[in-house]
Amino acid sequence: MSDQELEYARLLKRRHLISSGFEWGCRIATFSALLFLGILLLGVVWQAWGWLDTQYLTSFDSRRPKAAGLLAGLWGTFWLILFTAIFTVPIGVGAAIYLEEYARDSWFTRVIKVNLANLAGVPSIVYGMLGVTAFVRMFGWFSAVDDLRIETYLGFGTLAIPLPLGRCLLAGSCTLSLLILPIVIIASQEALRAVPPSIRHASYALGATKWQTIRHQVLPAATPGISTGIILSLSRAMGETAPLIMIGALTYLAFAPGNLNTPMDGIRDPQLILDAPFDMFTSIPIQIFNWVGQPKSEFQHVAAAGSLVLLVLLVLFNATAIVIRNRAQKRITW
Amino acid sequence: MKLSSDNPFKKETELATDTQIEAVIAPTGSLQRSASLVRVKEGFIRTILLACAGVSILTTIGIIFVLFSNAVYDVAPDRIGADGKVKPNEAFFQIVSPVEFLTETRWTPQYAEKHFGILPLVCGTLMISGIAAMIGIPVGLCSAVYLSEYATPRARSIIKPVLEVLAGIPTVVYGYFALVFVTPYLLKPLIQDVLGFDVGVFNAASAGIVVGIMIIPMISSLSEDVLRSVPRSLREAAYALGSTRFDVSTKVVVPAALSGIIASFLLAIARAIGETMAVTIAAGQTAVVTGNPFESVATMTSYIVNVSLGDTELGSIEEKSIYAVGLTLFMMTLAMNIISQFVLRRFREVYN
Repeated sequence: MSDQELEYARLLKRRHLISSGFEWGCRIATFSALLFLGILLLGVVWQAWGWLDTQYLTSFDSRRPKAAGLLAGLWGTFWLILFTAIFTVPIGVGAAIYLEEYARDSWFTRVIKVNLANLAGVPSIVYGMLGVTAFVRMFGWFSAVDDLRIETYLGFGTLAIPLPLGRCLLAGSCTLSLLILPIVIIASQEALRAVPPSIRHASYALGATKWQTIRHQVLPAATPGISTGIILSLSRAMGETAPLIMIGALTYLAFAPGNLNTPMDGIRDPQLILDAPFDMFTSIPIQIFNWVGQPKSEFQHVAAAGSLVLLVLLVLFNATAIVIRNRAQKRITW
Repeated sequence: MKLSSDNPFKKETELATDTQIEAVIAPTGSLQRSASLVRVKEGFIRTILLACAGVSILTTIGIIFVLFSNAVYDVAPDRIGADGKVKPNEAFFQIVSPVEFLTETRWTPQYAEKHFGILPLVCGTLMISGIAAMIGIPVGLCSAVYLSEYATPRARSIIKPVLEVLAGIPTVVYGYFALVFVTPYLLKPLIQDVLGFDVGVFNAASAGIVVGIMIIPMISSLSEDVLRSVPRSLREAAYALGSTRFDVSTKVVVPAALSGIIASFLLAIARAIGETMAVTIAAGQTAVVTGNPFESVATMTSYIVNVSLGDTELGSIEEKSIYAVGLTLFMMTLAMNIISQFVLRRFREVYN
């Protein structure tokens, strides 16, 4: 072999070496991220081991680590997510239907679309500031001293809405709704866009109006996609902490919203259910935040147990979303 | 006859339609009525849906109004206090000059001698975002390249969702992890025992590390999508010229997708800037201008949380200061978002 060929062979070998080195670099980067996930999960389980038991799930918070429990947070998170879903689903899906099915390409539509993309990037704590002014204080329209209430008798109890809302659970839910609304709208838009136009044309050809077409053809076809998006955004709302701290969620609370400690309490006295949205509240992530900040080192285990409960709930939510998506993929073929 | 030579069917068809319509409408006025009822209902539904879409605009207006009216200029009418004197409602910048806010290097709202200089908070935020970017960007980009160029479809279908789990973990859990694992088991042995730097219980590095890991899936998912949208023909052309996979990835695919990759970096950094709970838990709350990542720093977000946790009086300067900090934070993240959208639009390569 000539010198030139040798030189060429050497360079070729080097280039292949660089190439495989790069491949391994990328592989290691990916697996180190996965490894970190594993360490995080194992670490939480290890710290929570022996602390997560029925006593933990059925008792309220306490100054003694052994007696501390997550019940107030569990109920708080349940109510928060329930009302967040009630507010977000109709508004989010409605907005997505308008943008995908009705809106023409006007300046107003373009403003809404740019606005949605930017809202999705606003830090959650800024939503907390909005929530304090808009819901907790209601821009100062009502004097907090007067203790103004809108009362409606509903047959089994009285619904009393305080004005302004104050530092209550409902204000937290409203704030979380605004926070996840952009995500729900964007996800629902994608689901609606995936429904082929031929379905709509066929419906129009049979004489259906626009709304009949949407209600009976487009929405059912897009439901799996929309519900996946909603479940994922609700799981994001479940882990949110900062906006709720701003709203005034209490870090230490020894009762559930409305004193509704078991579902049986609600059946016995339905009035409690109507009181719950306007009561003080805490949530699972806020209790975790509180325990992490406690000086006693045993509270780290209590915090780990709370984190584990939160992670399990999130896994359940995400698993539901995946099941819905997979079923829909099997059923619909176009 | 003249007409029919032009178009023999025209007159006849028109006549037929007209009579048909008359035949339908004339005997049944109820059909006409119900048709107009349907039109009213359709219009009503459309209006409701439009209102739903308007909520997102209202949210933006609300955010801007809240931040400006508390930070820049208070629009509320003057209150009359219990002593009969008029108490003007003043926003933060009506009390503290914006020049002091931007140039002063001390942030001491809790002390008797109050200084309001945003610099220490911005410095803390940028340090943590910087550390996060140093971890998140290389790892995120490398995993995007791995997923798009090297991984088999089966491996990708497993790894991608698992990576996205990282984005779904609540930030308060990351904060817990930083405080209980990263600082004592990673930073203390490595930095304090081996290298000899003091590592505080609360430090910027541990917060930066977990925030960096938090943004990996954001970068890898978004970048992988744009990498995969680069057409196959480009890669094949490069291979035909004798390129290795390294050459194809770094000299063809990544440059072709650069606008999307940079947009994903900017979005991830915006997320790191706005990240709150992990930073509040792990980084502490000492507002100082420092270059040392192993001591406690306060960020804009952690300051806001700590003021909200304490019982500050409504209308006090401390309570107002969070809106000025919030406005700064909002402007910074908004700027990052707008730049990333601009980069995506302006520098996107379009392939047919």
